[in-house]
Amino acid sequence: MSLLEVKDLKVRVEEREILHGLTLTVNPGEVHAIMGPNGSGKSTLSHVIAGKPGYEVTDGQILFRGEDLLEMEPDERAAKGVFLAFQYPVEIPGVTTWNFLHTALNAQRKARGQSQLSSPEFLKKVREVAKSLNIPQDMLKRGVNVGFSGGEKKRNEILQMALFEPAVCILDEMDSGLDIDALRIAADGVNALRSPDRAMVVITHYQRLLNYIIPDFVHVMSRGRVVKSGGKDLALELEASGYAQFEDAA
Amino acid sequence: MPAVQETVERVRRIDVDQYRYGFETLIESDKAPKGLSEDTVRFISAKKNEPAWMLEWRLEAYRRWLTMTEPTWARVNYPKIDYQDIHYYAAPKPKKTLSSIDEIDPEILKTYEKLGIPLREVAILEGVEPPPGSEPSANRKIAVDAVFDSVSVATTFQKELKAAGVIFMPISEAIREHPELVKQYLGSVVPTSDNYFATLNSAVFSDGSFVYVPPGVRCPMELSTYFRINERNTGQFERTLIIADKGSYVSYLEGCTAPQRDENQLHAAVVELVALDDAEIKYSTVQNWYPGNSEGLGGIYNFVTKRGDCRGNHSKISWTQVETGSAITWKYPSCILRGDNSRGEFYSIAISNGHQQVDSGTKMLHLGKNTSSRIISKGIAAGKSQNTYRGLVTAHRKATGARNYTACDSLLIGDKCGAHTVPYVEAKNSSATFEHEATTSKISEDVLFYCTQRGLSQEEAVGLVVNGFVKDVLQQLPMEFAVEAQKLISISLEGSVG
Repeated sequence: MSLLEVKDLKVRVEEREILHGLTLTVNPGEVHAIMGPNGSGKSTLSHVIAGKPGYEVTDGQILFRGEDLLEMEPDERAAKGVFLAFQYPVEIPGVTTWNFLHTALNAQRKARGQSQLSSPEFLKKVREVAKSLNIPQDMLKRGVNVGFSGGEKKRNEILQMALFEPAVCILDEMDSGLDIDALRIAADGVNALRSPDRAMVVITHYQRLLNYIIPDFVHVMSRGRVVKSGGKDLALELEASGYAQFEDAA
Repeated sequence: MPAVQETVERVRRIDVDQYRYGFETLIESDKAPKGLSEDTVRFISAKKNEPAWMLEWRLEAYRRWLTMTEPTWARVNYPKIDYQDIHYYAAPKPKKTLSSIDEIDPEILKTYEKLGIPLREVAILEGVEPPPGSEPSANRKIAVDAVFDSVSVATTFQKELKAAGVIFMPISEAIREHPELVKQYLGSVVPTSDNYFATLNSAVFSDGSFVYVPPGVRCPMELSTYFRINERNTGQFERTLIIADKGSYVSYLEGCTAPQRDENQLHAAVVELVALDDAEIKYSTVQNWYPGNSEGLGGIYNFVTKRGDCRGNHSKISWTQVETGSAITWKYPSCILRGDNSRGEFYSIAISNGHQQVDSGTKMLHLGKNTSSRIISKGIAAGKSQNTYRGLVTAHRKATGARNYTACDSLLIGDKCGAHTVPYVEAKNSSATFEHEATTSKISEDVLFYCTQRGLSQEEAVGLVVNGFVKDVLQQLPMEFAVEAQKLISISLEGSVG
């Protein structure tokens, strides 16, 4: 059984159809890159998989390990192992990153019928994870993303990804707003989390991210559909020739 | 359905009827006939066995009240109150004269048990662990004065307080037993002519708490009063007077609840605080009067005058309030910074949901030299409620070096509610430094989605965001109240999002 199957997905936002029948199959251990011009529906796809309100699915299916993901609330999907690394992570003043992560991890564990981690247990775990990713401890004491630089926000996303150990990670435009050094650090974090049990869906506009995170498959989206799929070389091809050739195909 | 729409729908269906203190206690009571006249005032005074000077004081207030009109400047709307349709006095009928707590009507004791208030003298409130590093000894005790409708039914830890020289008793008793103190201080902070509701209170107040802390004494325990309105069609007009003599310290907690009723009930209290040289008073309130139901029916009209006078040099008064109840809140705990180097603080969390209307804030009046004040106000509006912060900061001509810092933050949940900030600042002195910051934010769909994507439920997400928002005020509360307040906040906001 595939880990994630998107079948002929049609999605509307306020009466306008954004996805016109999208199909994507992701197996454990695979890294898929989804590329496409602005407005092709890449972010919509990531939002619908994670369950962001405001989208109407008019047709098609999303299965996660064979279960109907569309029937689940966003927090249920998270507990099942669906993780979305946000393009623009939000700020939550007055709530320390430490407290946020502890509360969230325990909420997921509770949903899975696992025991709750006490503060010392959690602290030990989060410190180990932060250390393995070279993330300074100081970040844990600050308000969630409050006053974080673009790079710090993305690293906080990767820290959470490492902490929650999801089965599928969707990285939405992770490279936006990052300079080349920050991009490399973030990509290193992602690469460290690649594993045979975990799949990744990397959404990006530019090819440059894929120099650091090497995908197994590349899909080109245009006007709400996947118009071409291939290996990692497809990304390089795109870099040379641009998206224009696919506009007509869609 | 898009989430915004869903939230709106949920908010529309909000059931404020989840109020947990809405039960009624069936006991016989002794009531004044409905209506207000000189006879009513005489009736109350006679019930309390008051000396003649006290009756005169009340009557003067009553006559003054007749010449006054109800204020209309607050951002609240309510039908006209018929002052002749209210009972001004109701007391549980005592079977005989009480000599100990054991003789209190068991029904009343049960009421307080349901509310979680220990009238029996217990050293530590149940279920509350002492904060790390605190001594588990005498300072963990809380002395309680419980006011049921118009009378105080029990005051605990009297002996221990007496040994420290602290007077903590119902004000009706203080009028008889300590007339010199009451005469000197009653009305000295909130004069009988102060405002419509305070003047009404002066005429008809029936009970409340009286505290006197002698010079140099640090009150050995937290003092606490719980107010409970039980009787139908009854107003509650309690009066609290706290005097901290030179170099003394006292921390006082106040809690309030009322049964669920379809009709509105009036609560018009007056609290006066006096801090002499080097004295400090910390006054904390968790107000959870019945807020009315989801249709906006019923609930308490809370028109309260609270004022502290930093009369002495280097004195300090600090107000902390968590306001979650009442249909209407009209309340501005204030500080008169009269003594040189005196300090006033106001920390507030005001939550409104359903149809609640809150118009609350503070006044910091800088009169002495080098006086300082700090205002931290957190307003949270959900449902169809309106939440207004109204504040006044003034520096007198002689108040050289006056300093104020004000931060007013509002948080909106849903799109049917409103938050308003009305700050007045007047500096008649060029050396005054006043800072004001205000923000309004919304718990956005994006924040909720972020939290739920990490595994939190909607309710958990709102709770987390709100607790982060109010954090710096919660930290000001004594520990027992902080725990209670945190629970109360989540209850008050239940069902506020989809």
